[in-house]
Amino acid sequence: MTALLDVVNLQKIYPVGGLGKARGQLHAVDDVSFSIAPGETVGLVGESGCGKSTLVRLLARLHDPTAGSIRFGDTDLADMKARGFARRPERAAIQMVFQDAGESINPRYTAFEAIAAPLRRLRGLRGADLQRRVESLADATGIPRALLGRFPHQLSGGQKARVGIARAIAVEPRLLILDEPTAALDVSVQVVILKLLMELRERLGLSYLFVSHDINVVRLICDRVLVMYLGKIVEQGPTAEVLGRPAHPYTRALLSAVPELTLEPPPPRPRLGGEPRSPINPDPRICRFFGRCPDGRPACADSMPRLAPVGPAHAAACHFA
Amino acid sequence: MSDLLEVENLSVAFRTRGGLVRALENVSFSIARGETVALVGESGSGKSVTAYAAMGILDPAGQVTGGRIRFDGIDLTAAGRAEIEDLRGREMSMIFQNPRAALNPIRRVGTQIADVLLRHGNVRRADAPAEAVRLLAQVGIPDPARRARAYPFELSGGMCQRVMIAIALACSPALLIADEPTTGLDVTTQAVAMDLIRDLARERQMATLLITHDLSLASEYCDRVVVMHAGHVVESGPVAELLAAPRHPYTARLLAATPRPGIGLADLVAISGELPDLRRAEAGVCRFAGRCDRRQDDCAGLITPVPPGPLHHAACWNPL
Repeated sequence: MTALLDVVNLQKIYPVGGLGKARGQLHAVDDVSFSIAPGETVGLVGESGCGKSTLVRLLARLHDPTAGSIRFGDTDLADMKARGFARRPERAAIQMVFQDAGESINPRYTAFEAIAAPLRRLRGLRGADLQRRVESLADATGIPRALLGRFPHQLSGGQKARVGIARAIAVEPRLLILDEPTAALDVSVQVVILKLLMELRERLGLSYLFVSHDINVVRLICDRVLVMYLGKIVEQGPTAEVLGRPAHPYTRALLSAVPELTLEPPPPRPRLGGEPRSPINPDPRICRFFGRCPDGRPACADSMPRLAPVGPAHAAACHFA
Repeated sequence: MSDLLEVENLSVAFRTRGGLVRALENVSFSIARGETVALVGESGSGKSVTAYAAMGILDPAGQVTGGRIRFDGIDLTAAGRAEIEDLRGREMSMIFQNPRAALNPIRRVGTQIADVLLRHGNVRRADAPAEAVRLLAQVGIPDPARRARAYPFELSGGMCQRVMIAIALACSPALLIADEPTTGLDVTTQAVAMDLIRDLARERQMATLLITHDLSLASEYCDRVVVMHAGHVVESGPVAELLAAPRHPYTARLLAATPRPGIGLADLVAISGELPDLRRAEAGVCRFAGRCDRRQDDCAGLITPVPPGPLHHAACWNPL
């Protein structure tokens, strides 16, 4: 099966601070490669500041990468400038669902307008055609038609989340990037939205890149998981493998921090102390996790570990995995 | 073990343009010294209002319309403003949901900690800055002397949260109210912050009220759980007992909707319906009945509220 999205050696470096030679280079995304198959849901996990959001913005072509390629179908999106991408046909193929629908929907747009905007802009729909399409999207995402005239502040959290999804699938994308779509929702509503997303994936043949730091949700819906730490993918593989047999010490630390619904007092667990290394001018020979890693050894400061297989389709970037 | 905080039949109402919102009705629970109690429920269940009422920081539109809040024997609902202000920050303190919004953006974090110390007269003015640095070190902030001079915007979310915890614990309070202290934090940072609160609570016999919507978090860190729905306490009891055998249908539904290892998406069940309109809710009647699949004729009758104390109780006509 050929991949829908194939990212190779993607890199994004931001210049920071100072002037001239004193300017630092912040390695936000560093040599990242992965692919997403049609119909697949890939989870992207990692703590804030690890480069998840930058990676997402590169894929959605809101930012230009410093190096690397983003093959989507037959085209290389990395070659196209972010400016002007909005007018290209590929724009519709990759859509985003943002974290907090309440914050990301224009407060002066009704639900109808929010869903209609991409249809007008990218599909040129008007009048009765537009009306019909918006109503069918509302039906598909479970928004009662009577609510289409409401503004975001008149909608519940779950309804706003549905509007965010409806407008993202309006232009028939093939890849949906979901940035913590349920983080702001109560558990009872979260279940409904997750089920809706899975149903839409089946029905519309979508692929998802699911960004989250809720491991329990990733476990529920993702086929594969990418674990990011300081701009690099440190582990990737099938969800059951990565969460069941984590090979990278960072993944293990991440999993041990997830609170569990237990009836017995939990055993004391190792905690990840300290702060991550600076992403500015990082030494290319030192493992990014060195210093914070409970298993760190001198070798970790001599050479940067590369992703290497640790099981079927399962890879980790650690000398001692 | 005597109870440090006793909330008894607390009712709070808010005046709004749409009418009187009965946000809390006959809420009762208690916390003993050294005990950690979780207050759980969905948004809109009245968790934060309960905490704000206990701290005496309700919005001016809100009013305690009945019941009592006793702290270490002092009736806070009858106490004068000066008395409450003296207790607040020294004997009882609070960690707010959003640390960045709760900190003063134009004051160095070390100064903000020193402010609390000086307000309650625990240290001499000359010693306050050093004490602030010591407190920052205690909450695990690396390089505390440098960080004390930082402004909130210069620190990460996790660091701001630890500064909030340092401020809340500055005067060694007897009661800590933590309102969703880890929302927006990474799980790794959440674990560190929660461990810190738990360790300090054990060390100092501090009573802790943890407000959260995360049952998993409650199960790991709390001795008892108080479940709220639409301004009522619907169930309370020891954590293991309540999670193993919930008696109120709402608690059972909340558990059935919580993702956890070994449970697939198909096995998770949403809670149907929405919170009732609290402007029209009939006094003293179950507010979950409209969403409940175990509803029967009795459910329209007055319900006995959950009493305070450590025993397992549910306010339901047809418990599980």
